[in-house]
Amino acid sequence: MIRSIEFYIDMIFVTAKVWILDLLSRFLPDWMVVFASIVISSVVILCLGPVIMMYLTLLERKLIGRIQNRYGPNRVGKWGLLQPIADGIKMFTKEDIVPANADKIVHLLAPIVIVVPALMVFLVVPFGERMTAVNLNIGLLYFIAVSSVTVLPIFMGSWASRNKYSLLGGMRTAAQMISYEIPMTLAVVPAIMMSQSLSTNTIVLAQVGDYDLHWFIFTPWGIVGFIVFFLCATAECNRPPFDLPEAESELVAGFHTEYSGMKFALFYMAEYMNTFTLCGIAATLFLGGWQGPFLPSWLWFFGKTFVLICVMIWFRGTFPRFRVDHLMGFAWKFLLPLTLVNILLTALWQFTSDLEAWFWSILVLGISLWILVKLNRTFVPEKRKYLLVD
Amino acid sequence: MEILNWMAKFGTYAVMAGILIFALGVVTLRNLFHCALCLAAALIGTAVIYVVLQAEYLAAIQILLYVGAVVTLIIFAIMLTEHLAETTIRQNNSQSPLAIAGLLGFVALLTALILKTPWPITQTALKAKVSVMGLGKALMGAYAFPFEVISIILIAALIGTVVIAKKDDPEERS
Amino acid sequence: MIVLPLPHILIFSLLLFAIGVYGALVRRNIIGILISIELMLNAANINLIAFSKYTSLSPETGQIFALFVIAIAATAAAVGLAIVLALYRVRKTVQANEVNLLKW
Repeated sequence: MIRSIEFYIDMIFVTAKVWILDLLSRFLPDWMVVFASIVISSVVILCLGPVIMMYLTLLERKLIGRIQNRYGPNRVGKWGLLQPIADGIKMFTKEDIVPANADKIVHLLAPIVIVVPALMVFLVVPFGERMTAVNLNIGLLYFIAVSSVTVLPIFMGSWASRNKYSLLGGMRTAAQMISYEIPMTLAVVPAIMMSQSLSTNTIVLAQVGDYDLHWFIFTPWGIVGFIVFFLCATAECNRPPFDLPEAESELVAGFHTEYSGMKFALFYMAEYMNTFTLCGIAATLFLGGWQGPFLPSWLWFFGKTFVLICVMIWFRGTFPRFRVDHLMGFAWKFLLPLTLVNILLTALWQFTSDLEAWFWSILVLGISLWILVKLNRTFVPEKRKYLLVD
Repeated sequence: MEILNWMAKFGTYAVMAGILIFALGVVTLRNLFHCALCLAAALIGTAVIYVVLQAEYLAAIQILLYVGAVVTLIIFAIMLTEHLAETTIRQNNSQSPLAIAGLLGFVALLTALILKTPWPITQTALKAKVSVMGLGKALMGAYAFPFEVISIILIAALIGTVVIAKKDDPEERS
Repeated sequence: MIVLPLPHILIFSLLLFAIGVYGALVRRNIIGILISIELMLNAANINLIAFSKYTSLSPETGQIFALFVIAIAATAAAVGLAIVLALYRVRKTVQANEVNLLKW
């Protein structure tokens, strides 16, 4: 059956993989074809991850440059397009310095262990219509669980360096990451409730509707959930404005002070790959994933993720840094109660009809936001009155 | 396809051996931080065993809670109570040979018992699949009472931990 | 689907439990004792899930009990570590043989 040209462009990667496996099954036994299928998926992800990271660094530097009214890097390639390759060569050829007192095994293991979860979460990201690498039926929980393992190598890196600044930075980073994991997990719960499944593909399919108006972001709980998830994702990647742990002007460089060369490149790579996957999951859960009218599905997914990454880079160029007690207070005292109210709103949406639901949702949301803002009023000194002495 | 089954079984036995080696590392290493890391590795291996036993939801919860939270807590406590380079103190107390002898006897006895018992393995249990929806319904249905009790325990533990671990500021006493 | 013989899994969890008991009996550092207790609780969890898969009438029972055990283990670790921190602040040590004020 001949389908339209759109269908073929949409399915181009799936068709390519099926064709290769067909070719291999002519002269290889059955079990090797299963292995070959796993190997093809893994190789694609292992190539995609670092390439995305390299061009994300270039995108960030150019956008930050434009926000700050200057060009970004533009000497190396035509528009600086070969800059990441130059960066890579620099990182490969730098001398690898290990402090004399450091714990050598743990110091070596920390950057390796931080890259592994960052690559593993690529398995459940739905890149296109049938292009999830592994369609687990607990996909979203797998994603949250694996990205919570990222806290451990930060401790490893900071402890093994035997450096006071590393230790301080590492403990702050770990405290920030575990604090922001909880609102992130709870912000995802409404999307799971409304699509009755933990699999990322099913969550995207639950947002299919007429003219794309059934995306979860067009509902009151979706807007709140998306904003909370996006803020927690920014904090999980240690990006500004939540980057006190690795602020150069304040803590030397936090937990990766003593790392240089390839090991630092691995930490850097893990941060950017985390950024990509978190924005991808935010697009999947709330913005409708790979759906869109004319273009192929994988193009829509990469487009939405790209827009969210640009918003994160915009945050970097605009906001000053949070102080560490403001950071923790924001997660525990504001975002966490807000996510619990969000779950209540989702239940309200399910059990009332459309217009009434919006009214009640806005009422409940308004009251709870007012209460939370009043409770979170940090100490503001009164304005002093200066009397002029005649 | 027989080869894949055989390879999967071999992999499972390898993971079990790995978990036992890491557990031995937990109880014998001198550097306490290395012990905590071996514990994290053993817990991730246990999550793999849960996946083999077709309890995938519990495997994800194990990684999220144990490795993401409990091991983090243990490492925080290690960092707050240990000097940076204290690895010269002997880790075992003097009851070590007695403990080994007693435990070997215990393991031998129970192994004999396990191998002799006729376990009632039913085919319906082997073929049953547990879905997340089934777990949720059971938690809210048949096991609602333990669920509520757990929530009370967790609140009590949270408040208790914060109260015990807080520093007593001299100003607050007045 | 991989089906291991049930006694193999039970012997594995028995060995893990025995290693945990050895650690809890023998280690001097209090945090080391708490880590060994976590190993014991894990071994019990593996047992629960293995039995629920191989012999149980309602398959969710084992998994829900294992979930409760994980929650209780986290609780125990948290309270235990808080006590260790308070102890360290007062006595400046975490070795179990030096905390002996109540010994006769």
